[in-house]
Amino acid sequence: MTTSYAVLGQFGDAIRFIFEGQTSTEGTHVGGSQFLDLLWEHLKLTFAAMGVACAISVPLGLWLGHIRRASFLAISISNVGRAVPSLALIAFFVAYLGVGFLNVMLALVLLAIPPILTNTYVAVTQVEPDTVDSARGMGMTGAEIVRKVELPLALPLMFGGIKTSAVNVLATATIAPLAGINTLGDPIINVSGYGDTGRLAASMVVAALAIFTELALGAVQRAVTPAGLKLESNTASRRMRLRFGREATT
Amino acid sequence: MIDLLLAQVQLQDRANGGASCVADNGFCPSWIVDNFNRYTDPLVQHVYLTLVSLAIGFSISFALALLAHSRRWLVGPITQITAVLYTLPSLAVFFLLLPLTGRGNTTAIIALVSYSLLIIFRNIMTGLDNVPGETKDAGRGMGLTDRQLLWEVELPLALPEILAGLRIAATTTVGLATLAFFAGAGGLGEQIFADINFKSNVVTAGGLAVLLAAALDLVILLIQRLLTPWTRARAT
Repeated sequence: MTTSYAVLGQFGDAIRFIFEGQTSTEGTHVGGSQFLDLLWEHLKLTFAAMGVACAISVPLGLWLGHIRRASFLAISISNVGRAVPSLALIAFFVAYLGVGFLNVMLALVLLAIPPILTNTYVAVTQVEPDTVDSARGMGMTGAEIVRKVELPLALPLMFGGIKTSAVNVLATATIAPLAGINTLGDPIINVSGYGDTGRLAASMVVAALAIFTELALGAVQRAVTPAGLKLESNTASRRMRLRFGREATT
Repeated sequence: MIDLLLAQVQLQDRANGGASCVADNGFCPSWIVDNFNRYTDPLVQHVYLTLVSLAIGFSISFALALLAHSRRWLVGPITQITAVLYTLPSLAVFFLLLPLTGRGNTTAIIALVSYSLLIIFRNIMTGLDNVPGETKDAGRGMGLTDRQLLWEVELPLALPEILAGLRIAATTTVGLATLAFFAGAGGLGEQIFADINFKSNVVTAGGLAVLLAAALDLVILLIQRLLTPWTRARAT
């Protein structure tokens, strides 16, 4: 029984660490308000990387999907992306480009692109050819078809990819302190100033942040789903795919 | 502080390198060849973590999928719970588990298993759901019981999707296992982390992780080819 009490105690200490903080062994204040600085850096890195990744992969995925070319590239990029460990990717950037915000951000961009690109591509190619033909029959140009037909119908699955990437980038930003950027991973990687309590506290914040992101982007995903698709999605598997937004198989 | 420690480790570690390339943190093929033996133990540990986690993850997902297959109302709750486990960053999970399970393989494997559940479970369910209704009706018409139908018709037909899920889980697990050293379980990540500024080290350890992922992917693909010859006939 004593061990389970000790366990509760450690988690309790960690929660106090998050809200109040304490004085570190080096004499500075850690935890509490200092966590807000780390959180800000963490979010800044995540948003920057996701912004660049979306700006690259959404138009590219829409275009490749529209012309229905390069399916091998669009699909296999996510398989390759998955095989490269995030730690190896960041270490590679540190070893070759050095530390710094931009370098870590570029590594995270590379990490974020594959799921968004593949999901956008698959989403566009899954639009019924008949629908596209009707749009063309109504006199829409290629750009109009992409904007008014393919994009709205692709949105749910595309957002699934963005959600996957966002959660992944958020999780990987935790190891950014290896490259000199003090995100919420700082208490986890550079444990010396914070102690075990600080490390546990940071882990709890990172975990909560990931779940919050997943839920928030899930809500956005449902909000952007066209009403027509919602009506159609009565079967269980369809609902599951919309809610979790990742492709079932590839 | 940590940089200083690492610098000391580097100096000790590279004593047998010698060349100026090594001193410059460069990419030195000769150093890699001479020092390759230091990567074998982490590699073996990495393979061990990956295979054990995959085996446990697959067993749990398979049991959950069979359960959800006969009791459909379970699909939602199981998907949601495994989705939460999938969402939690593995690095955070290692340290959240630390007070409960301590440092070592157990903590790392629990985190890696919890991450693979959603991927495998969802693919098994998709595979089972995609079995054509006519095929099941034909099986029932031949007098198969539910159990026979599952093992002799539905599961074999779901194999491509099941193994596709296993492939995704395998590559993902290899990647996440690079972080397992934070839980005290070693692996290739420990080697990367030990000297993150040294190009030869990063490329070798990181490259081995990528190769391992590719190799596992290929092995499962070959197994799939052997087990499901009909898919190849249809594809060509």
